[in-house]
Amino acid sequence: MTATLPEVEDRGRANTARPRPPRRHRLSNLDAKVSPYLFVAPFFVLFGAIGLFPLLYTAYVSLFDWEVGDDEPAFIGLENFRTLVADDQFWNALFNTFSIFLLSSAPQVVVAVVIAALLNANLRARTGWRMGVLLPYVASLVALTIIFGNLFGPQYGLVNDVLGLVGIEPIDWQASTFGSHVAIASMVNWRWTGYNALIILAAMQAIPRDVYEAAVVDGASALRQFFSITLPMLKPTLIFVIVTSTIGGLQIFTEPKLFEPAGGSGGGTEHQYQTVVLYLYQSAFQGLDLGYASAIAWVLFLIVIAVAGLNFLITRRAVR
Amino acid sequence: MTNRRPSFLVYGLLGAFVLGSAFPFYWSYLVASRDNSVLTGDFTLIPGGNFIANASRVFDSIPFWKALGNSFIVSGTVTLSVVLLSTLAGFAFAKLRFRGRGVLFLFVVATLAVPTQLGIIPLYMAMAEFGWAGELEAVIVPNLVTAFGVFWMRQYLVDAIPDELVEAARMDGCSLWRTFWHVALPAARPAAAMLGVFTFMQSWNDFLWPLVVLNADNPTLQVALEKLQSGYYVDYSLVLAGTTLATIPVLIVFLVLGRQIVAGVMQGAVKG
Repeated sequence: MTATLPEVEDRGRANTARPRPPRRHRLSNLDAKVSPYLFVAPFFVLFGAIGLFPLLYTAYVSLFDWEVGDDEPAFIGLENFRTLVADDQFWNALFNTFSIFLLSSAPQVVVAVVIAALLNANLRARTGWRMGVLLPYVASLVALTIIFGNLFGPQYGLVNDVLGLVGIEPIDWQASTFGSHVAIASMVNWRWTGYNALIILAAMQAIPRDVYEAAVVDGASALRQFFSITLPMLKPTLIFVIVTSTIGGLQIFTEPKLFEPAGGSGGGTEHQYQTVVLYLYQSAFQGLDLGYASAIAWVLFLIVIAVAGLNFLITRRAVR
Repeated sequence: MTNRRPSFLVYGLLGAFVLGSAFPFYWSYLVASRDNSVLTGDFTLIPGGNFIANASRVFDSIPFWKALGNSFIVSGTVTLSVVLLSTLAGFAFAKLRFRGRGVLFLFVVATLAVPTQLGIIPLYMAMAEFGWAGELEAVIVPNLVTAFGVFWMRQYLVDAIPDELVEAARMDGCSLWRTFWHVALPAARPAAAMLGVFTFMQSWNDFLWPLVVLNADNPTLQVALEKLQSGYYVDYSLVLAGTTLATIPVLIVFLVLGRQIVAGVMQGAVKG
């Protein structure tokens, strides 16, 4: 009574020539038919209620002039989107988001590859080193951001003190656009470089050994092996790392939110480090303009999907 | 790629990286152990003796123990639920045959890339409607099962349980639920443990949604830390005493389970 349908991957792997159970009770028949659906139902119900429905409803809210507490919000069509396109603060937030993303993804991948290569050596206390590298990943993001806010303090921060030792004038990490982006990007880098290094390390170890043995026979140096064998074979993993950091990076919120002292959500006095999700948060929960914030959410949603889709296409090409 | 031991240079570089990784934790303790007035300009790497004093100021400023308890309740409940419901769904996708299985599983995988976080506005409206704003339910219920969990458990169970075993249990007249409970759940234990650790850490560190829906009287630890920092004058020896206290439980978990966490990250890379 089962198995009437096309299977996914493991078609015919097992149950092919097995005799059917001799007795079939109606109850156990029902069990076999219904239970699988009950087992997967919690995910679909919850995703529908908490994931899908709110996303769709966001699109609906974005068509209204909807303030917190409004009983009868006014339908205004695409007005919120028109305002958004002409909103300098939105474009500024989009610029900041991409700027912070680029500053955090590019150096991170390069350093992660180097660390992975080092970890791939025949180390003593291998697991200890791996744990050490992963330490930042378990840190609480909120605690970490507050600590980095202190390190990058404009007046008495440690970073400026150290720069002062080599004769560099103190930088106002809060006030300058580029400086604040660097500070926020370093939080992201500090947290994720080791994690990505372990992912890349796992991919390195999956490269078959005989490829290297052949290279050694041909007299290739260690450096040459790295650039001609290791790096090309890591490409799919590298792109996976980049794709996942894209989806997360475009939604960055905690770091810019907490980098501003005194609980503000403006992303600095001139919004110099306000990101899109921070602007969304400010519009919805401080400006109380749910309609406009929903328009921001939807535009960002489309951008994330578009960028992730683009990455997916690149991945497919790269894997082939 | 030979079996030679690497040179000191390799150890030196890695050592520098690990030191850099650990440094912010130490810095947090360093500032927390000193007097705020010492913070002007001259820095040393030797801790002072004020940590206890600063920590007790933390307890006076925010409901720290309540926040800690809340974080444990939220992360504990979410972890149990995610592990159980993901294993259940993962078992169905891996080992049971039913109409639409392929399409449904594809749907689960596709949702991995959907930024559901962007639906927080209607979600907030719904929670206000239910009267859950400010309550722990609001941060627990939306996270009871995840696409990642279902995907992770399915990938593991496909190879971990022989089809013959499921079939044999059926022949013996076991219901599918009992098969799940007595066959699938024990077999899933290693992957379930890893999923549990990751879910716990993720839930523990969750910030945007709890910040939106909880308030200063009934916060999770992360929300409480934010409140500590959001005064007009930031007293860093106080705030970093808070971050140090909040980091201690996570560090303990890491020291105990670090080996498994490392293995989990590396396996996830190969499987995913």
